[in-house]
Amino acid sequence: MKGIIGKKIGMTSVFDAAGKQVACTIVEAGPNVVTQLKTVGTDGYAATQLAFGEKKEKNTTKAEKNHFAKAQTSPKSFVKEFRNFSLEKNLGETVTVDIFAEGEKVDVVGTTKGKGFQGVVKRHGFSGVGQQSHGQHDRQRAPGSIGNSSDASRVFKGMRMAGRMGNDRVKLKGLKVIKVFPDQNYILISGSVPGHNGSIVLIQK
Amino acid sequence: MSQQAVNFIHEQLTTTKKHPKFKAGDNITVNYKIVEGNKERIQSFKGDVIKRQGTGATASFTVRKISDGVGVERTFPANSPHIDSVVLHKVGKVRRAKLFYLRNLSGKSARIKERRVNLADFAAQA
Repeated sequence: MKGIIGKKIGMTSVFDAAGKQVACTIVEAGPNVVTQLKTVGTDGYAATQLAFGEKKEKNTTKAEKNHFAKAQTSPKSFVKEFRNFSLEKNLGETVTVDIFAEGEKVDVVGTTKGKGFQGVVKRHGFSGVGQQSHGQHDRQRAPGSIGNSSDASRVFKGMRMAGRMGNDRVKLKGLKVIKVFPDQNYILISGSVPGHNGSIVLIQK
Repeated sequence: MSQQAVNFIHEQLTTTKKHPKFKAGDNITVNYKIVEGNKERIQSFKGDVIKRQGTGATASFTVRKISDGVGVERTFPANSPHIDSVVLHKVGKVRRAKLFYLRNLSGKSARIKERRVNLADFAAQA
């Protein structure tokens, strides 16, 4: 696996080689610093820890300060491990967006926008109960029956009901890289990416 | 910050087109390149602009015409590389920016009054 931590900037659209307008998301990815290397011998699994984004010294604990000092870098705000990292990197080296090429298919991990407490129509795609007319009212966004009466006498686990929606970790697979700007650390990904503008996303392959 | 990034992307990737200065209510012809297999030809679409939408590189406009008694609307991205040229024929006298009310009108009432101007003043500026 190779990957990078980035920040979602926003969406726009560009014209591709065929002149077709494609929606895309701009992500400011990296530069990331390698802050720890885990090996099978010492940790039981192989992973590379990357760090992204600046953080104030006064908001950093001593433990964190020393952790970043080992990689000879300033405190970073976001740290993430990538298992079985395919790029050969040493402690303190940087990972930049040029690890990805134009046209490559990547996976993007992010946290979706929080929607708050939502009903079943929005949350699970239910279609509500009944009609608008014929004496019906107050039933259009209702969930309907949630189970049987005497046989079972309980509601099964996992029954889809209203509740908190969004704010979930989501991975979108197979998104196409439209363009990479290594000097600006920008990467253009086709389509949308989970989360609000400014949220942290992982781009990996 | 984010707007800067968007502007940068479009500076790099989008070539802005120089069109005549047209707005809703104007009568224009859009010469549009159509690719069929590996052949390319130009198709023209003449009608009234009923809206201009968006700003900058992602702006678009919609043209409406009556073809064989049926209303036809087509939306073009203003900076599409497929747009060969836009020709301005008439400048209309309208009081709105979006002329969706034309969809409910037909015949004489669907006409737009023309404003007499020197079309050269509206030519694309290089």
